[in-house]
Amino acid sequence: MTPAANTAFRPQAAVQPDFDVHKVRTDFPILARKIHNKPLVYLDNAATTQKPQAVVDALIYYYTAQNSNIHRGVHTLSEEATASYEESRATVQRFLNAADIREIIFVRGATEGINLVAQTWGRANIRSGDEIVISAMEHHSNIVPWQILCEQHGANLRVAPVNDAGELLFDEFEKLLGPKTKLVAMSHVSNALGTVNPVRKIVEAARRVNARVLLDGAQAVPHMPVDVRAIDCDFYAFSGHKIYAPTGIGILYGKAELLEAMPPYQGGGDMISSVTFEKTLYNRLPYKFEAGTPHVSGAIGLGVALDYVNSVGLDRIARHEKQVLAYGTRRLLEIPGLRLVGTAKEKEGILSFVLEGIHPHDVGTILDQEGIAIRTGHHCAQPLMERFGVPATARASLGLYNTVEEMDALARGIEKVREVFA
Amino acid sequence: MAELGDLYQDIILEHSKRPRNYRTLEAANRKAEGFNPLCGDHFTVYLEIGDGQIRDISFQGSGCAISKASASMMTQALKGKRTEEAEELFQKFHQVVTGKNGTESHDLGKLEAFAGVSEYPVRVKCATLAWHALRAALQGEQLAVSTE
Repeated sequence: MTPAANTAFRPQAAVQPDFDVHKVRTDFPILARKIHNKPLVYLDNAATTQKPQAVVDALIYYYTAQNSNIHRGVHTLSEEATASYEESRATVQRFLNAADIREIIFVRGATEGINLVAQTWGRANIRSGDEIVISAMEHHSNIVPWQILCEQHGANLRVAPVNDAGELLFDEFEKLLGPKTKLVAMSHVSNALGTVNPVRKIVEAARRVNARVLLDGAQAVPHMPVDVRAIDCDFYAFSGHKIYAPTGIGILYGKAELLEAMPPYQGGGDMISSVTFEKTLYNRLPYKFEAGTPHVSGAIGLGVALDYVNSVGLDRIARHEKQVLAYGTRRLLEIPGLRLVGTAKEKEGILSFVLEGIHPHDVGTILDQEGIAIRTGHHCAQPLMERFGVPATARASLGLYNTVEEMDALARGIEKVREVFA
Repeated sequence: MAELGDLYQDIILEHSKRPRNYRTLEAANRKAEGFNPLCGDHFTVYLEIGDGQIRDISFQGSGCAISKASASMMTQALKGKRTEEAEELFQKFHQVVTGKNGTESHDLGKLEAFAGVSEYPVRVKCATLAWHALRAALQGEQLAVSTE
């Protein structure tokens, strides 16, 4: 099929009357920018998302009118800042449908959330000979903390394989589970492939061997409603900046009874209830895990970002992104010599691809000249790249503001790449 | 504004498609690897050195068009050169791709095609990867060098 023949497939706006992507786009001021004199086509949302005006305004308001330290001051500013910070925690609790606000811990991002679990729960519970099961599609942040832990305690890391579409081989995964399995740590959605893992089934399988489950939700929460109680995982981590909030803030959810029993992560202010040189008593949850002055503005920004996402509606966002993904997939598959890496049936908005004879780096540079921002490289998933026999891929990843027209621009840009290298 | 053609000059595209001296070197007495962990580019540079002269040079590996063309044209430029000249050329090439010393000519011949790289700071590592491996090989190092 020629690239010109496909416009007939373009989904019409009427398909989803309750979601106006062009109106949504006006909420994100950066999308009006020109890059190399072309309209910015931002397709690097799996790396980080752009911020709506409401989040930018919240940061400006905080530093203009509320800035102060929290949980300490008796003065008005401190009380206000503390209230805003804790209000955000409540927003996150509702967003994840967590049972208890004490289960929501502010961290720097998903990476820190996973490291926290590895170095507190892991330190207390992992013994020599124990096993931790991950999958072949993990981000380095859900591989390396477990490698470090395994090395510290003489435990073993087991890796569940994926098929050629990038889907978890569930039978193989189940075969790895046994009495030695203490933890299953898996991504909810793969950052490099877009694969959505069957998290409910993963938790059920882990429960049969009494293993705990940590889910890396960094690529899931921006794209689908997540209910940690329905999933019944023990830990769930995500990063704010991938869901339209500032960088440097993220969330670790953990079941209260597990968090209560865990040793603290870092020592310092705010995580204690009393300190003497002989003995220190730790603060109650969630503050036990929040040593030092936290990223107050980031936490407030996260709350505002989640309010924004809720106001648009995650169901609507999911439907819209699926349409754009389906259209983009079709457009890309029309391009000769293009291979998609990651073709799972259950998939979120990721188009990872390689072009025959052309290195992803060169693809990225030429697309940038067209105003199109994508990620090129191994996407912090080197073992996965090895599995697919490529050193790197080019990856276009979607957010709620991307359009089918931008998929056309991407396809045109890739044609340009092919012309340069013809 | 930087134009794409400044970066992807014809000679660079041509070398990336048909790299010269792209093989292992039986007679090599020095070799070194260059690795960019960020993008996975990976080259091995082989040298046969005798009496302070590069008698033969080759490379193998994988990478983007810029890194591969740079490696290819480097081997052409260095065959038969003395090792001090190779070090001098490394310095000049580095100045050209980082845009130092302005527009002044460096007597680099064909290698001046890489001047466009200076407009693309993230691609400087690509252009210099094989050169860093060369330098490590000249200094007798056998370990992989990284551009990170």
